[in-house]
Amino acid sequence: METQMENIPEHCPGIQSESAGKASTCAGCPNQKICESGEAKLEDPKIIAGIQQRMLNVKHKVLILSGKGGVGKSTITTMIARVFAQDLAKNIAVMDVDICGPSTPRIMGVEGETVHQSGSGWSPVYIGENLSLMSVGLLLGSPDDAVIWRGPKKNGLIKQFLTEVDWGSLDYLFMDTPPGTSDEHLSIAQYMIPCQLTGAIIVTSPQEISLLDVRKEINFCRKVNIPIIGIVENMSWFVCPKCTKESIIFPASTGGARQMASEFHLPFLGQIPLDHRLAQSCDEGNDFFEAYSDSATATAFIDLGKAIDAEIRKL
Amino acid sequence: MALRRLNVCVSFSWKMKYSTHSDPLGTKLKERQAQMMKKGLPVKKPIEGVKNVILVASGKGGVGKSTVAVNLALALSRHLPTQDVGLLDADIFGPSIPTMMNLSGNPSLTEKNLIKPLVNYNIKCMSMGFLVDNNAPVVWRGLMVMSAIEKLLRQVDWSPLDYLIIDMPPGTGDTQLSIAQNIPVAGAVVVTTPQEIALIDARKGALMFEKVGIPVLGLVNNMASYSCPNCGHHSHIFGATGAEKLGKEIGVDVLVDIPLDTSIMEAADGGYPIVISSASNNPLVQAYISLAEKVLSRLSAIKNEPSR
Repeated sequence: METQMENIPEHCPGIQSESAGKASTCAGCPNQKICESGEAKLEDPKIIAGIQQRMLNVKHKVLILSGKGGVGKSTITTMIARVFAQDLAKNIAVMDVDICGPSTPRIMGVEGETVHQSGSGWSPVYIGENLSLMSVGLLLGSPDDAVIWRGPKKNGLIKQFLTEVDWGSLDYLFMDTPPGTSDEHLSIAQYMIPCQLTGAIIVTSPQEISLLDVRKEINFCRKVNIPIIGIVENMSWFVCPKCTKESIIFPASTGGARQMASEFHLPFLGQIPLDHRLAQSCDEGNDFFEAYSDSATATAFIDLGKAIDAEIRKL
Repeated sequence: MALRRLNVCVSFSWKMKYSTHSDPLGTKLKERQAQMMKKGLPVKKPIEGVKNVILVASGKGGVGKSTVAVNLALALSRHLPTQDVGLLDADIFGPSIPTMMNLSGNPSLTEKNLIKPLVNYNIKCMSMGFLVDNNAPVVWRGLMVMSAIEKLLRQVDWSPLDYLIIDMPPGTGDTQLSIAQNIPVAGAVVVTTPQEIALIDARKGALMFEKVGIPVLGLVNNMASYSCPNCGHHSHIFGATGAEKLGKEIGVDVLVDIPLDTSIMEAADGGYPIVISSASNNPLVQAYISLAEKVLSRLSAIKNEPSR
């Protein structure tokens, strides 16, 4: 019997909890009987099988993580996807699991596009011939709508993304996550690990405050057995547009990401500079590579792409 | 066949036809519906001994909430030396307050079995960072987060406090809802950078506060510009006028523009925030003090407003 949760009430205690189906907030929920009987607690093998089916044609599934917010996960996910998509023989897709703050539709210039439903499932939105995107931002009525959901509802949506989106045949699927180590991350780990998740790329800024949170993220990956592809340091330095001298905005008071990578014996994949043109391109949804292909930033991303490719082959 | 767009909002996701023959506008039914929906919602109960709760939030991560929260708390404490200010770090997954306030160690318990907040620079602080090891990730689903927040709010010996600043985590999820629904909040300060990507999430954050009935005191335009240390050229790395436009759009003022300055970060990372480590005539310190003054004046304006 399918236990797809619909119309979950706002204060759902969670189908896995002790009070599932018995709490006062469960009254009136169409799934109350299912929870009360304890059926919902069993991990539906059909769901895992469904996800494995969808992921059969996806060669590499890569998570982009960071414990810290605002280090550039979405920026890096979309730029790396564009780098890999430059090889027209490869099919690349981005899945945005950040439900509260889905930035990817804006960054990729497809804000306002609709997701189409076909017999084989939901179709991701295409940005280029070989580059597609799925995000909750594409499902909202307006890009300004706030999605204020508790964990179980978020879990439900992530499950839907994984079971119902028809990706087709892909070489790389990059999954952008929100900051932290909460529902979204646990759900992704729970559903993707049985599907041979390739690994996670961890993004940080050089600041110790960021590294503090990133160390937790690394330990989380180890706890749930997600292989780590490597660490990327973003906003490493700033080049003044006027005098072209480099300056460090976010000081690496404890050695930055390189030091942390060697502490944890993880590959250090590269550094990306802080470039206001990149921030602008993301805001406007333009292809940074098209506009500034000779910039140092573009070169940094291409080198990063090569490093990621090399590490994935080693895994 | 286009997928019907999801209608996501705080209330229930199913729709009902409210209009009936005897009640064509459906107002009576809507009211009854609203009453039914409120059942099961927690009742707001103030924290014992705490007079005003101010949230420092943003939909977006990494815009400087913790840095602003810490410096705002210190600026308030400086501006009102006879009043008590506290700082709660509600970011369970990435607590930054212990580092910024140079505090560490396990808190002790009072005789009433309440957790004693750690104090530094005259500010009472509590954070998840004091309760777990620095490198240990807190991998919890929403429900556990809710109960941890409840403990940090109610089982800490805050009393007496005039102002409790709560440093919120990024997003619009469990933590935000738990705090908004459980305690009366005097106002929220929304921090953003000028980047459009950040403003989109800040807008959602502000709208969320509107939905749960918390007044937004104003916006903080953080990382507004960067001054090159070599030639002094001002770069608007993350954009220029974004925050002002957002403010006009949602009817909220930009309280202060804070520049992107390495010294603010170095001070915070070192556990010696700039408001107390630099001279008061430093323009960066002035910016935070101005923020504190404006927050106080907004709060009193709201209190004196006739009830809406």
